[in-house]
Amino acid sequence: MNRRTRQQEQPQGTTSPVLGGAPPSDAFLCVRGLRIHFDTDDGLVKAVDGISFELERGRTLGIVGESGSGKSVTSLGIMGLLRSARARISGEVWIDGEELIGADADRVRRLRGQKMAMIFQDPLTSMHPFYSIGAQIIEAYRAHHPDAGKKEARAHAVEMLDRVGIPQPASRVDDYPHQFSGGMRQRAMIAMSLVNDPALLIADEPTTALDVTVQAQILDLIRDLQKEFGSAVVIITHDLGVVAELADDILVMYAGRCVEKGPAEAIFSTPQHPYTWGLLASMPRMNRERQERLLPITGNPPSLIRIPPGCPFHPRCPYADRTGGSSETVLPELVATTDPAHTVACHLAPEERRRIFTEEVEPRL
Amino acid sequence: MGAYIIRRVFAAILLLIVVTMITFAIFFLVPRLAGETSTQLAAQYVGRDPSPAALAAVEKNLGFDQPLYQQWWEFAHGIIAGRTFHYGPDASVCNVPCFGYSFKSHLPVWPEITARIPVTASLAAGAAVIWVISGVSIGVLSALKRGSVFDRLAMGLALAGVSLPIFFTALISLALFSYKWPIFPNLQYVPFTENPALWAKNLVLPWVTLAFLYSALYARLTRAGMLETMNEDYIRTARAKGLPERQVVVRHGLRAALTPIITVFGLDLGLLLGGAVLTETAFSLPGVGQYAVQAIADNDLPKIMAVTTLAAFFIIVANLVVDVLYVAVDPRVRYS
Repeated sequence: MNRRTRQQEQPQGTTSPVLGGAPPSDAFLCVRGLRIHFDTDDGLVKAVDGISFELERGRTLGIVGESGSGKSVTSLGIMGLLRSARARISGEVWIDGEELIGADADRVRRLRGQKMAMIFQDPLTSMHPFYSIGAQIIEAYRAHHPDAGKKEARAHAVEMLDRVGIPQPASRVDDYPHQFSGGMRQRAMIAMSLVNDPALLIADEPTTALDVTVQAQILDLIRDLQKEFGSAVVIITHDLGVVAELADDILVMYAGRCVEKGPAEAIFSTPQHPYTWGLLASMPRMNRERQERLLPITGNPPSLIRIPPGCPFHPRCPYADRTGGSSETVLPELVATTDPAHTVACHLAPEERRRIFTEEVEPRL
Repeated sequence: MGAYIIRRVFAAILLLIVVTMITFAIFFLVPRLAGETSTQLAAQYVGRDPSPAALAAVEKNLGFDQPLYQQWWEFAHGIIAGRTFHYGPDASVCNVPCFGYSFKSHLPVWPEITARIPVTASLAAGAAVIWVISGVSIGVLSALKRGSVFDRLAMGLALAGVSLPIFFTALISLALFSYKWPIFPNLQYVPFTENPALWAKNLVLPWVTLAFLYSALYARLTRAGMLETMNEDYIRTARAKGLPERQVVVRHGLRAALTPIITVFGLDLGLLLGGAVLTETAFSLPGVGQYAVQAIADNDLPKIMAVTTLAAFFIIVANLVVDVLYVAVDPRVRYS
């Protein structure tokens, strides 16, 4: 079973498409076999090692994983923002029928900010301290509307600030980032990213640097704006609470690979991968007894230079001994569960997995 | 903001007063502490084997017979309100700003120094234009092409630039381009108002020599600043907005990297306006620096006082301008 699926996936992951070829599917965003490796003095860092997903407009994909699992690198790779000469990128990224990997750098630059936009974790360091909020939004607008006058661009900036809920946008447009509060800054950042009405918005840990009270507001804002603009949203986070709030689909990453992928309800109701179980068990919940301790996943994420052979999660997996040793030697491939949209890369037999989940895992959640 | 500037101006004046006091004290107290009397001090400014009467007259004329604080007071008074000197029966009026008469040549100091300021200003301004343009652009390119052949060559040259003393580079450039290949022969200062072309031509070697040192410093400074700012999150944001790379580098990277360079530039320029001693001496430019060297060699107090006060003035003003400019450069800076 493993052997067969592996052979099927192999050609997709390693061959680069011929430029001008047809997209593998008609989804708005289609990522196939994306690999991002970095040549370093210590060895080859396999930050992303074969990620595939599809995303339609109006839908939200949550990419979840620990620090160093390759989530942010994936998003930077899609945006074409990995500029290191040591980065080796292969695979396919199609956006609206256009291939980005291997495309002309200037073409990708024109798509950035216009068709695909990104917001970052820390809005204070992500905005230029020397330019006013308005100037930075105007710059983003005029980069893709070279004929737009200053007045028109400024009107757009004020309108965007208004739409993201900044009070008195007409006067605050001239404020500098340091004059905004953290939540306001992230709102302004969102205004800047949406000023050109991009069809794809990638939010990389958009709430991590914010106060808890502001986090929910920002998530609500992203959801409302997505409805309004109808864009596709990729939300990257280590916080399952965030994806529970927003995502239609969830992709769980571990050591640069996808270990589980599926509709959000399925991931939360019947999670399949022991790593996902670990993430869910380590999440604080209101309905849990107070004396109960959160259950952390034991051990640390592996070094991306020396990823463990076989299933990369097996050294930390409490159920690895129930796979008959295959977890230490064979790399598991994503296979469908009973729900064809819900896939998991795990050596545990499906019945065994179901039994472990209902008997050992679910009572603790 | 207005109150801040007024406060800074007052502080600057106070600082100038202190600088003149210290210079005064060094000039008079050091020989005094070594056991010299004011008569012995005066003997330096009279001919060989003077009569006691002539010595006493000089001592009185130069004011050495008065207490030190009174001498300083008259000096300061002269700068602000002018001063009248009595040489026996004659009286001569020294107009504002009066820095007195040279102890040696008995010529008024202020007109001599104002005649030399344009020379020093020409040298400093021309060199500044060269070093800012070359230093900053080399620094930016080096940072963007870090580790390349260009970067290594430029940084090697910069290391030479900061290590080689001016009197060495000046003499080498003179030997090569004025004597061996006389591209710039007979270097002497020609005022701009007299012949702008010759003014520029004769200043090329001093400019380039002086700029070589500062270019090297600025290239290293700019490179370090650019390497740091180009790794900032807001640079990634600028790229994520789809800005062309040139705009990312210049408007976002360089803008932030330039802030510390502006500070250093103000101070360097202020320092040079007070006299580029080595360059002026090597190229025989009749500027303030050369004047200062002469004044110190002659132990000529009024000249030393004038040069020191002028240099301190330029540095303090440059400092003030830089601090005020900072608001325009970095909006996070606010004066309270």
